[in-house]
Amino acid sequence: MAIRERLSGNEAISYAIKQVNPDVMPAFPITPSTEIPQYVANYIANGEMDTEFIPVESEHSSMSATIGAQAAGARSLTATSSCGLALMWEELYVAASNRLPLALCLVNRALSGPININCDHSDSMGARDTGFIQIYAENNQEVYDNFVQAYRIAEHKDVMLPIMICQDGFITSHAVENIELLEDDKVKNFVGEYNPENYLLNADQPMAMGPYAVSNYYMETKMAQNTAMNNAKQVILDVGKEFGEMSGREYGFFEEYRLEDADYAMVMIGSAAGATKDAVDKLREQGMKVGLLKLRVFRPFPDEEIAMALKNCKVVAIMDRSECFRGKGGPLGAEIKAAIYDYAKDVKAFNLVYGLGGRDFTVEEAERIFNDLAAFDKDGAAFEEYRYVGLRG
Amino acid sequence: MAATDITKITEKSNWQDITLGNQVYGAGTSKLFKTGEWRTQTPVFHSEKCKQCLLCVPVCPDSSIPVCEGKRDEFDLDHCKGCGICAKVCPFDAISMKEGQ
Repeated sequence: MAIRERLSGNEAISYAIKQVNPDVMPAFPITPSTEIPQYVANYIANGEMDTEFIPVESEHSSMSATIGAQAAGARSLTATSSCGLALMWEELYVAASNRLPLALCLVNRALSGPININCDHSDSMGARDTGFIQIYAENNQEVYDNFVQAYRIAEHKDVMLPIMICQDGFITSHAVENIELLEDDKVKNFVGEYNPENYLLNADQPMAMGPYAVSNYYMETKMAQNTAMNNAKQVILDVGKEFGEMSGREYGFFEEYRLEDADYAMVMIGSAAGATKDAVDKLREQGMKVGLLKLRVFRPFPDEEIAMALKNCKVVAIMDRSECFRGKGGPLGAEIKAAIYDYAKDVKAFNLVYGLGGRDFTVEEAERIFNDLAAFDKDGAAFEEYRYVGLRG
Repeated sequence: MAATDITKITEKSNWQDITLGNQVYGAGTSKLFKTGEWRTQTPVFHSEKCKQCLLCVPVCPDSSIPVCEGKRDEFDLDHCKGCGICAKVCPFDAISMKEGQ
């Protein structure tokens, strides 16, 4: 029997960490992820888990120590947010290119400046090219479920890449919701033991990691990495299905919410999907065919699958919760428009930016966007090619 | 599974044959990587002046002065990069540097 609880997103992922009981967790506090190492340290102090916790002096060090521990042969993880992730930048690439399947619990927060502690996706979107797998959540249940699946994906022999389990700062990390937890033994059986084939502390087989790669090796290394990321697609689907068989909650690349016959759709990542679902329900009652594609997996990027899910829509609003200063939209907009160009040319797509620095995204705003998409389609009303939602002025 | 034999990976290897994350399996494999060709100056050992004090041995950054039964041997020119520290440290002028390889 599943356990019914009420937990915040940070508590939920910490509980999953306790159940997985990884070997090593180096961490440095930063809002809003601070609670994760705090809860884990409490579990360890109370004897509920035996992970080696390493308090370090910065995020540069926490990712370095996580890499070191993973290279040594330990299942490792850390947690961070915002500028903490930025300080890890150099190491993120090292973890990925060294093919270390460590986990990073990211609580999404805006990057400075101006300094701001609230949610947007600029931290993880900035790290989208590091070679980490990135999985996002709408609510606390998904955060918990995603972490339980994390090592199964990362450690798969066809993948062997680090994984970032993302949740929205404060909105998800600090809000308490009802949640269904799995029993300890179910989680342990599902995740299994980590038995790396090669690791530094194996005295029987000496080895070196992270050597210098001259030009004759670098591109071959990157292609191997890219292939592993592509392989992750099938593994994510397989693990999501197996998780569904165990828990009753199956996961894929994205959730299609009343999308099948939708004329107008919104695409977004994270907690704001909740507000959009309410707007979809409301407008459906009024007879409007609207829907939502809530993206869960951003790396690897399921471009063809997204385009296929959107191909029958007339107009789509791609919602970005980060700015990338290309002058014409955010990262999600750029990648989905490229996917549409390749696979679903008839779909018209607009790119909107919302929720930067924790700006609320409301049901009313989602309704307004759907109505604007319909007005553009039916009446030829102007639709600003690239707009900020809820911006003054 | 036995780890890939690193000696079979060369600058002509296909991407499918590169080890996971460029891992290097086995110990002491740097011996296989001949860096002596980087050298623009070469140390010359004058054995008649050498008192076998072995001061040159620990200062060599590339472990290119082999020691056999308590006595230093000829330079390992496959790995010596010609930095000249050994010549500088030798109190007996038993090492001189010449231009070129």
